[in-house]
Amino acid sequence: MLVKAAAEQVIANAPELTALDQAIGDGDHGSNMKRGFEAVLGKLDALGAQPLDEALKTIGKTLVMTVGGASGPLYGSFFMAAGDALRGKRLPEDLAEVFGHGVGAVSARGRSQAGQKTMLDVLFPVLETLQTAAGRPDLIERVRVTASDAVARTVPMQATKGRASFLGVRSVGHADPGAQSSCVLLHAVCNSLEAQQ
Amino acid sequence: MNDTVGIVIVSHSRDIAKGTADMVRQMVGTEVRVAFCGGNPDGGLGTNVSLIMEAINDAWSPKGVAVLVDLGGAETNSEMAVEMLQPERRNLVVVCNAPIVEGAVMAATEAAGGSSLDQVRAVAEELSAG
Repeated sequence: MLVKAAAEQVIANAPELTALDQAIGDGDHGSNMKRGFEAVLGKLDALGAQPLDEALKTIGKTLVMTVGGASGPLYGSFFMAAGDALRGKRLPEDLAEVFGHGVGAVSARGRSQAGQKTMLDVLFPVLETLQTAAGRPDLIERVRVTASDAVARTVPMQATKGRASFLGVRSVGHADPGAQSSCVLLHAVCNSLEAQQ
Repeated sequence: MNDTVGIVIVSHSRDIAKGTADMVRQMVGTEVRVAFCGGNPDGGLGTNVSLIMEAINDAWSPKGVAVLVDLGGAETNSEMAVEMLQPERRNLVVVCNAPIVEGAVMAATEAAGGSSLDQVRAVAEELSAG
């Protein structure tokens, strides 16, 4: 259910992601993410039959093969690395560690760090929240707020990685589309977990 | 042993990839294996990991394959494709940091002379050094 909710949210937000990407990228982030997550939706039955670590890897591989832009390997690497890291671990206790492996894989794949106006500017702050607020009753709300605040902080940043970096100072003043899609996914997961409580 | 390094051209646009491959064939000849791909999984502008893997395998040579790409996603998807190849092929493929058209022509010219993968890559990447 969680995967379905997250995929549906990405698909529902595709026009907004494309609008952001038209401002500072090449305008295909929404349609690319939509294609990837539609492919994930098509595998829901298979995913439901897999243990969670295998399911994460299947999601990652599906995104790699279907997205068609850089975000395919980036999100794909996140899910594949998180799936690898999950083996032998327990949730929610080890969530920060598993998430951290995913973030590390995105950083390695994109050869990118925080502060370059990318999805990492959401993923790193959320990782920090998962580490510092682990076990707190309001963890879900903290993650949600961290993600939203982090997207807002990409607006004044100048891109130095990815397509937006070609625009130089003209990338300032727009939220990063990859940061926004990360936020959409994280919010969907938060909402879904909350609904299960 | 007349093997030469293979060349793969990956563009967001299949037309650009094909046009670049045509230029390479006309300028360098056909002794170098050249494969190309472009377009996302729906056929629009973008790149596609499975097509890149196919192109690498089509251009395969025991001396290796040099991949020339246009923009961001083409590079990221090409690197991903290399990692998903059979393990024994992975270390024999390089994604060159070079302009796609000039890089492909220079790489193929160097490859035609029987150069190693490292030499082919170096010649293509010199174009980005200036």
